[in-house]
Amino acid sequence: MNLLQQTLRQPGSMEDLDETEWDLLIRQARSAELLAHLYYRLSDAELFHCVPEKAWNHFNSEQILARKQQEAALWETLQIERMLAPLGIPVILLKGAAYLQAKLPSAAGRFFNDIDILVPKTLIQSVEEKLQQNGWLTTHHNEYDQRYYRKWMHEIPPLQHIGRRSTIDVHHSILPLTARLHPDPEKLIESSIQVDPDYELYILCPTDMILHSATHLFHDGELEHGLRDLVDLDRLLRHFAQSDGFWNELVQRSIELDLSLPLFYALRYTTKILDTPVPENIVESDQLARPSSVATRLMDSLFLRALAPAHKSCKDGFTPSARWLLYIRSHYLRMPPHLLLPHLFHKGFVRPYTEWKEARAEGVTTTPKKIEKEAEIDIFK
Amino acid sequence: MTALLKEIPYDQLNSLIRTDGIRLETGPFTTHLTTQLTDVINNLILLYADHQVSLEPGFSDFHLAIQHSGLLRRWIKPQVNFSFDGISPFRPLPRNQAYAIFEWGLNWCIANYAHYYLMIHAAVLERKGNAIILPGVPGAGKSTLCAGLSLGGWRLFSDEMALIEPQSRQLISNPRPISLKNDSISLIRALSPDAVFGMTIEETTKGTVTHLKSSTSSVQRSAEQSVPSIIVFPHYTAGASTALAPLTKSRAFMMLCENAFNYSVLGKSGFSTLKAVIDQSDCYQFEYSNLNDAVALFNSLSDELEASVGRSQEA
Repeated sequence: MNLLQQTLRQPGSMEDLDETEWDLLIRQARSAELLAHLYYRLSDAELFHCVPEKAWNHFNSEQILARKQQEAALWETLQIERMLAPLGIPVILLKGAAYLQAKLPSAAGRFFNDIDILVPKTLIQSVEEKLQQNGWLTTHHNEYDQRYYRKWMHEIPPLQHIGRRSTIDVHHSILPLTARLHPDPEKLIESSIQVDPDYELYILCPTDMILHSATHLFHDGELEHGLRDLVDLDRLLRHFAQSDGFWNELVQRSIELDLSLPLFYALRYTTKILDTPVPENIVESDQLARPSSVATRLMDSLFLRALAPAHKSCKDGFTPSARWLLYIRSHYLRMPPHLLLPHLFHKGFVRPYTEWKEARAEGVTTTPKKIEKEAEIDIFK
Repeated sequence: MTALLKEIPYDQLNSLIRTDGIRLETGPFTTHLTTQLTDVINNLILLYADHQVSLEPGFSDFHLAIQHSGLLRRWIKPQVNFSFDGISPFRPLPRNQAYAIFEWGLNWCIANYAHYYLMIHAAVLERKGNAIILPGVPGAGKSTLCAGLSLGGWRLFSDEMALIEPQSRQLISNPRPISLKNDSISLIRALSPDAVFGMTIEETTKGTVTHLKSSTSSVQRSAEQSVPSIIVFPHYTAGASTALAPLTKSRAFMMLCENAFNYSVLGKSGFSTLKAVIDQSDCYQFEYSNLNDAVALFNSLSDELEASVGRSQEA
């Protein structure tokens, strides 16, 4: 078991770390984007006094950065609410932005790259127009990408603010239209909850929030921050399990939304990796969809590797193949082969060719200009 | 166990840096470094001779490796790659820039991971208990001025970054080689024949680059912090006569903000730290072309300050 995993299971173990262990823990946590999260775990466990000064500096630096990013995200969320208010529709926040707005335990020290919102599909065009009028412009300019997103995906191409560079993902569903599973977004919207009576900002109800997080991690293949997302699930499960009847509700709702397989994986790996207290009868519940026992063992060997911190100390010889196979799996789950293969062909061959052709037409050589390199290395930028 | 780098036998250091790596101490930071590149190793031995090094495992702030990039690239247009604990934040650079990428990379690490300090893009030096902050965009002549002052007996804190501790508002010393570019190289070489220079690196994005070793006493005294008392915004103009003009505090505040790496990241604490620094400092705008005149002027500035402190203590 890697040191970060052990620490997340038992924060109290940080009391006994020596210098080289602090070194390793900080590196693993940084690579998993969980360093600021650990700061709050230290705080909850009242263990600040155990941290040597050198190690403390890194927790402190990361916490300062996370707090700044969260302040900015809260403000950005309010801007979005204000822009969309004239439409009179609920704006449902997803993932990081939702945890933050609702002050859930999974928000502590969490970084996120963009703000995700869910709106009814019928209104997506007016939402996009409103955002565009206020400076959020599309990031994908080529025709193929635009068509691909709009025809098959569960979101429109990400929008970026022209001045502040913040990004919004506008979703109308939580899985691509071509995916194997078909959760009904209407049901998610119906059950959403207003966060604050003063603002038209909503979040998914507890069960749906967990199911979305599970689906994102185990069916949509975004394993870049796998362990961080698993920690989200762990925090949410522990938090919502305090209300009576939660576990049965969760199972029932997963069946209703066609998401019982992602829930199975979520419960399996939060308990295995993070020791999340899930009742045995729920993990074993035969109401949940599950792969065969052989397939389950195979998935274990893949997910237990891919959900480790992306640090060299947590890798074995099979980790790269495990990540690659899960990447292939995620594509397979996203799209049937007759759509997937042409898409991969386009990504692999057509796009590089057109880019090369355009670059040649503009008279740009393939060797990057010196000035470009400067921008990358120049810390003054 | 730490030792001065110059006291470690070459063979021992050379074999360790190629395998397990060494832990180099610069001011408050410990950098774990591995590299197999001989030019990097030799330049490091030359320029960091007075720094502390540990050969045993322990806590390091940054884990860096400077390596050849790719197998084919060893023979065809060789390149060098900087990695921070397994990730490569920059595109590889031509092979001859290996040492420069180490210095730039270490600056990048500090700017990205040391938000427990307020960081300003500036050279910092100290004389007679008074520290001076010289902020500047590239080309303002900040590094040249910094090298001139350093060779003139000022204690070097940094040629690149002012590190200010928000609680104590003290400047933290992090002396490392001073990076010199193009015309200023020959200028500084002529200034002091005893100065130690690293290898010359041609054709970087900043032109020709070399590094001037920081003085032994600056490195030995790197644990001593200092209070900022003078802030000077330098500007090099060819042929200009030396001119020092007072700057209003509000203007100096805004200019310092523009030169800060993480002013907005620190939020309220960034504001109060910067305000305290400005409150206790004399602020100037400075135009110069002659380095000797400039050094003489800064010497008299620090003498005056020392005298005025002496007077107020007597009173």
